[in-house]
Parts: sequence; C-alpha cells; structure tokens
Amino acid sequence: MNHLLMLAVRSAWNRRLTLSLTLIAIALSVTMLLGVQRVRDEAHQGFNHSVTGTDLIVGARTSPVQLMLYAVFRIGEATNNIRWQAYKDISASPMVAWTIPVSLGDSHHGFPVLGTELSYFEHFHYGDGDGLVFSQGKPFKDTFDAVIGSDVAEQMGYHLGQRIILSHGMGMAGLPEHSDKPFTVVGILAPTGTPVDRTVHISLEAITAIHLDWVGGAKMPGFFIPSEFVHKFDLTPKEVTAVLVGLKSRVAVFRMQRNINDYEKEPLLAVMPGVALEQLWQVVGVAEKALLAISAMVVVVGLSGLIAVVLAGLNERRRELAILRSVGARPLDVFLLLTAEGLFVTIMGVVLGVVFLTLMTLALGPVLKSHYGLAIQLQWLSPEELKLLAAVVCVGLFASLIPGYRAYRLSLADGLTPRI
Amino acid sequence: MANSIIELKNLVFRYASATEPCLDIASFRAVAGDRVFLYGPSGSGKSTLLGILGGVLAPQQGEVTILGQNLVSMTSAARDRFRADHIGFLFQQFNLIPYLSVFDNVLLPCRFSERRLQQALAGGATLHAEAERLLSHLDLGPALWDRPVTQLSVGQQQRVAAARALIGRPEIVIADEPTSALDADRQASFLQLLLRECGEANATLLFVSHDRRLAKDFKREIDLSTINSVSHEQEAA
Repeated sequence: MNHLLMLAVRSAWNRRLTLSLTLIAIALSVTMLLGVQRVRDEAHQGFNHSVTGTDLIVGARTSPVQLMLYAVFRIGEATNNIRWQAYKDISASPMVAWTIPVSLGDSHHGFPVLGTELSYFEHFHYGDGDGLVFSQGKPFKDTFDAVIGSDVAEQMGYHLGQRIILSHGMGMAGLPEHSDKPFTVVGILAPTGTPVDRTVHISLEAITAIHLDWVGGAKMPGFFIPSEFVHKFDLTPKEVTAVLVGLKSRVAVFRMQRNINDYEKEPLLAVMPGVALEQLWQVVGVAEKALLAISAMVVVVGLSGLIAVVLAGLNERRRELAILRSVGARPLDVFLLLTAEGLFVTIMGVVLGVVFLTLMTLALGPVLKSHYGLAIQLQWLSPEELKLLAAVVCVGLFASLIPGYRAYRLSLADGLTPRI
Repeated sequence: MANSIIELKNLVFRYASATEPCLDIASFRAVAGDRVFLYGPSGSGKSTLLGILGGVLAPQQGEVTILGQNLVSMTSAARDRFRADHIGFLFQQFNLIPYLSVFDNVLLPCRFSERRLQQALAGGATLHAEAERLLSHLDLGPALWDRPVTQLSVGQQQRVAAARALIGRPEIVIADEPTSALDADRQASFLQLLLRECGEANATLLFVSHDRRLAKDFKREIDLSTINSVSHEQEAA
C-alpha cells in the first residue's frame, strides 16, 4: 500500500505542471467556498448578536421583520411612531424591568441619529451579553451632547469636543440641516460590531429641541429658536419610534407581548428579537444560500478539470501501467494508483485552499471590517467548515474513481503489452 | 533430466472479442537453466503467449505449469503475485518508469513481491547494495546511478531494466525484443550481459524476438509459428 502511495505521489510530481494548474483551480474554489461560508457565518452571527438581553421590541403595528429592520438595523424608516403615553404605559407595567425608547429619523453624513435616554447605555446589550463601553468620554448630559459609535468616530475622524451638525431625514446628501443647533461629541463608544458603531446617539429632548421650529419636514420660515432658548419649551417627546423592553422575568414574555399587542389606545406590535431576527435572516438567507450553491458548483468545476487532466494523461501512461503490471501490480493496484492520485491532488487543493483563505483573511480582514462591518477573523475551521471540506474530499474521491476505473480497464485489456 | 520450469500442454487461447483462437500450442517445455530463443514474427501470437506466461491472460483450454504450479487454476490476483515472485520481465524499450530514480526502478519488483525482496536481501547486503551490484555487473557505473532515467541512453535504460528483471533472483526471465531499439554492436554486447547475468542468477531465460540473427547464442531455438497451430493470422487487436 505504501509503495502505491509513493508511486502516486511521485507520478503526480512528475506531471506537476499540468496538475498544479488544476490544483490551483481546486484551491481557489475551496477558498471561495470557505470564504462564502465564513462571511455567511459571520453575517448570521452579527445578525443574531446585534441585540441581546432585550425581551421585546415594540413599535407601531407593522410586520415584525420591518420593525427589526428599522429599530435594530436602522434600515428603512418607520411608517408610524408610537405615542409617548403608550411608552409611559409600557414602562409602568409591573412586569417591566427597564425600557429603552428609540427615536429615529435624522442622520449625520449618512450615519443614523438615534434619540434615546440614559437607560440605553445601561441596558442595551449585544453579542453574548456585552454591555456598551465608552472608549472615551461619557454619556450625554446636556441637551446638545452627542455620543457616537466607533465607526462614526473613525471614519469621520471625530474626537471628544467635536462640533457636529445633524441633517433632517436619512440619506447621504441634499438633506436640510439642523445647522442652527450644533451638537458636541461628549462620548465615543468602543466597537461592538453592531449597528451601534454607526450610530450618533442624542437625548430624546434633543430630538424634540432640534425640531421645535420645524413643521412637516421643513424649517418654518421666519420662525427661529436659538439653542440657548430651547429649555424654555417643554421638551418632553410626543412620540418615539420604538421601545426596547427588558422584563423582570422572561417567563412573562408571552403575557407582556399579548398585553402590548392588545393595547387599546393605539395599534402596537411587540416582537421577540430572536424570533424576528430568524425571520429576517430567512429573507436575507436566500441570497447567501444561492452564493454557497454557486461556490459548490465552482468546486465541482475545479474537480472536473482535475479528472479531465488525469484522464487525458492516462493514454500516455499505458506503458507505465504495463511496466507496473509486469513487476507484479494487480489491476486493482493500478486502480488504486490512479484514484490515489486524484484524491491526493484534491486533498492538496483543500489544504492550499485553507492556506489561501488564511492569507486572504489577513489581507482583506481590515477592509471587510471597516467597509462592511464583517468581522472576519483568523480562526480554526469550524465543524461546519470541516464538513464542507470533507464533502469536497468525498466528491474528489468519487470523481477520482473515474480515471481509476478507466486505468483498471486499460490495464486489464493491455496486460503486459500496451497497444499504442 | 532437468526440472521442468515452464510447461504448456494443449493450450488454446481465444480473445473474448474474437471468434477464432489465436493460440493453439500442443506442447512447449523449458527446463531449469534453459536459454530459449523464441522466434516470433508479428502475428505469431507472441504477445498473447507472453500474457499467458505472465498470468495476465488465462487460456480457455490446456495447462500452463510454471515451477510446478498450475497457473490456470489460480485466481488472477494469485497469478499477479506469482508473476511478481518468479518472473522478471524485460520489454523492447521505454522499460522504465520515468518519474522514478534508477534505484527505485531497479527495486520495483521488491516493492510488489516479498519473496523477491527477501531474496535480494539474502546476499547479506542491503537492497541498495544488491541493486548496485547488479548495475555494476551490467556495466552501469556509479556516475549514472543518480541521473534521471530519462537522461540515460536507450542502451543504458535497457541495462537498468535488465537489473530490474534480475533483482531478487526470479527463476524465469522473459525478454520481449529487448534489443530491438539498439544498434547491432550494442545488441550483441547487451545480449552477452543478459546471458551472463541469467547464468549467474541461475535463471531460465525466454528470449522472444523476430530477429533470427540473435539466435546463435542460445542453446535452443523455437519458432513460435511452428508450435502454434493457428495459422499466421493477425493477432487480435
């Protein structure tokens, strides 16, 4: 057996030029497969870890997926807000431990602005239950204080004390600005790998304050309230976009959810984040499954190339096989020799693919992190990835049976005297 | 009377794809130490006979007895092992595996046959030393040992192949036109080396060729077309 393996390796090495091309093709396809799997995993995990510890998310009645999209991912806009009284009522429930009101709608250079209360910094959790940590500064105190996420600070080059101007509405450009009421950065949050990193946080009062002299999405002409006078007005918000709710006991979650959904004064929707996130992922998941399927096809193409190369070389090797037969090789040995060769190249391709993936992770990891928020890190192969690799090797093995069988037939027919 | 090494009786062989047999040999015998020149012009069934002696083909009728063992009753795997253990083969050209070194080519039979391995080691030396001894006897000096086999001349390649056929002292050496790629001078010297080494190893040599001029150095000359009663037809493709 050993000498057959030795022969297979030496024979493959002898045709290293042609085989190395297919080897690289297989390696790259394996890299792609693993890369897609890794991005998928990371995206899924980032998704599920974007909010934890929150038992219910409450908003105006809409679909659970949409509520998650705007309340957690700041994607799209709420069709309706919920009244301040409804928020007060929810907070007052004896089952509720804490609430975080969320008010969205403004932005700063494309980063969403989120109005909230100090409870946000205390109770918002993500990942495996990590709380928010300030890398610099502290929570907002004055009306025109802002706390920014790590991506905002990094990409805009902001430091503590930076004066920033918010824009009305979401989007990148052409938005009316709240230029009369600049904010001061008083805190910068440590990176979380969640939408928090891309958020500018201000108080709910500030949201009210910057819209005092606005009506229907535009500044009221001839009406202007300077920053220093806003405190003369009642800054209690009239509405919020959504509420994150933490319960005293998780056992009460279904009861509380029903209570909120049955709220009489206005139509509300309460969703459990985990359930809604999974629903949302199923929508997004179609694309990533398609991507994985395409990668799998690419692997099959790579392996087909290998089989084609081994088969094409087989005719020139009939004499070699006859020599092996003459020194005692059985047709079965010839079969094993050719199968081992294909399998050997496949395994090399898988190993090389993992090496490529590692190199690419090192090279592209920072770019993926800063541009797409995907934290792809160097890590051991996950069980899922090992399964994929095992599948590649299995397909490679089955494909290699083809040249193995062909060589077996040839050596049976040729015996000791190949007819070439 | 010397021991019978190869004995064929009432042998009939027909390829599965053919309607007529291509080999029909009533009797053939070679004894220990025999030097048989088998004259086999093309179409005489030479390749088929070699396939039967090597155990890669099984005749439909008759007996093939080699070293007292009946090949016909063996399984194909047993015949493969029998060939590895007892017969050294030598072909006309391209006899070597191009990606193996000179030594790995010579030692190839020892990888497939435990018997050849043990007999190669029986001299008390290492495998490598035994290969060196054979190569030196066949006039292949140490300067050539580390060359890739593809850089050896055809004559040198044939001598490496001869060392491979002889290593581990197989009882039988079957040479199929081993000199046809050599020029006349080298044919003669190669033949002398082969005969000498077979003699030293006490191997029975069956030398197959269509070139009758080589027959003068052999004790016995047999014309395959006379012992094969199938008329001179094309060999089955």
